[in-house]
Amino acid sequence: MRYRSNTLVGIYAVWWREFIVFLRETPRAVSAIISPIIWLVVFGAGLGGSVSIPGTDYQSFIFAGILVQTFLFSSLFYGAYLVWDKKVDLLKAILVSPLSRRAIFIGKVLGGVTISLINTIIVLVIGFFLGINLTPTAAILTFLAVAFASIGLTAMGLMVGSMMESPEGFQLLSTLVLFPMFFMSGALFPISNLSGPLATIASVNPVTYIVDILRGILTGTSYFGLMHSALALLIFTAVAMAAGMFAFERMKS
Amino acid sequence: MPVIKTENLTKIYKGTVKALDNFSIGIEEGEIFGLLGPNGAGKTTTIKILATLLDPSSGKATVNGFDVATHPSKVRESIGIVFQEPSTDELLTGYENLKLHALMYGIPGSETEKRISDALELVELVDRKKDIVKTYSGGMRRRLEIARGLLHRPKVMFLDEPTLGLDPRGRDTMWNYVERLVKERDMTILLTTHYMEEADKLADRICIIDRGKAVAIDTPAKLKKVIGGDLVTIKAPLADIDAIKRLKFVKSIEHKDGAILITMDDAASNLQELLKRTGKVKCVEVRSPTLDDVFLRYTGRGLEQAEGGLFDKIIQESANKA
Repeated sequence: MRYRSNTLVGIYAVWWREFIVFLRETPRAVSAIISPIIWLVVFGAGLGGSVSIPGTDYQSFIFAGILVQTFLFSSLFYGAYLVWDKKVDLLKAILVSPLSRRAIFIGKVLGGVTISLINTIIVLVIGFFLGINLTPTAAILTFLAVAFASIGLTAMGLMVGSMMESPEGFQLLSTLVLFPMFFMSGALFPISNLSGPLATIASVNPVTYIVDILRGILTGTSYFGLMHSALALLIFTAVAMAAGMFAFERMKS
Repeated sequence: MPVIKTENLTKIYKGTVKALDNFSIGIEEGEIFGLLGPNGAGKTTTIKILATLLDPSSGKATVNGFDVATHPSKVRESIGIVFQEPSTDELLTGYENLKLHALMYGIPGSETEKRISDALELVELVDRKKDIVKTYSGGMRRRLEIARGLLHRPKVMFLDEPTLGLDPRGRDTMWNYVERLVKERDMTILLTTHYMEEADKLADRICIIDRGKAVAIDTPAKLKKVIGGDLVTIKAPLADIDAIKRLKFVKSIEHKDGAILITMDDAASNLQELLKRTGKVKCVEVRSPTLDDVFLRYTGRGLEQAEGGLFDKIIQESANKA
């Protein structure tokens, strides 16, 4: 029994550390506020003038996409940042504690989810000023969807971080993985515009379903249908958690 | 029963590099045990295996009676570590670092504050506890690591090159703490170092490690006795070597770079007698043996020479290629 309660305290310890560090790194918080404003105002209003999306205005259309962008990038980078902890030996001190790798992994994932939820609140507040209103139910559903999505994305980032040997691969990660995942997700334009191989890529891209769910919740129009997308998200989260934990437990220290 | 025991521990990296080669030691409770050897001798590999951060290729190791291979989390509960590279979290304050550690090790909440303030007091960081570690000096970080390593009251403390990169003052302070730890906390300490001075000053027993092998294990005094006396170096071109050899107190004699190296008993009383036989002397140097001499005796190289080993190898390899 003693061991079990220690595991929970240990998970809390790892999460607590991540949370403090997030609060302390003001540039991260500032960019979490500035970046969505720029996208929504400049991109949404500017480009939106020359784009027409059936049934809604462009700014409302990309709102879900921008929300996803904020936590997609923060979750994946947060996870992959593990490689940096490895390099500066911070991780060694944690790995040498009696905590199981699984507990450390879960604590880290919860840290990533917390940061995503904070970012989500910021984006929703910005949305409110831009005229995007939410019912309480929609807000709760949004948080739920973001939490699940960011569990999967953080786990995926941690998997990458576990396997990477040095932080030099970061640039490659964002060019080869992050940007394609974001642009091929229907975040900025309807995926019905895509055809052929691009449409196929979009349909196996987990981010597509994350965007679709949130757009469904926030604007009421979902491409695949809420249930379909929610199922896809659950599968992604489960697979990413399993793969991430597998890689983390086998990581060399 | 030894607190730490290794039997024929061997670690081979990437199938070819033998970092540890049938390494066997036993460390008794309450002693400061020094692993002395040049960089790359296998010191850090030993610590990593004992800390369950690395699996051995073969052989066995136990810490506090637990096998590192089969009971890693029991081993981890028994040990505290001060790593060679600082591993404190520099974005957290000193206090927060200790708090995090207390949570991870499941220290009861009711005891946490008391233990943290005790540990901070021991390493004299109480007045800096609310500062972010980024603002600490190298010596302060190392001290914070010691405080952290103590928090869960481990049976054994590993200090991996604890004074590497510290200035002489920081080094003195660190030595002080280590000695106090043993006295006040009744701990067993495994210390790795490539400073012979440090091993000599701190360790009760020393294992000289070279190329992954335990070359000699004993107290510093006994190890130095192996040399067999004081070391006298003389530059005397006209010296009668045979006459010197016949002196009773002379143990050995050899020529090196135009100088005569003599190992002899009690140089303080016998030097006069020696100088009578050497004729005109250009210069004399008398000294007691150091661990460096011991290292030289066992490995055929001085510690500093051995440090340069890798570099020499690289130069040689590039020379071979050219």
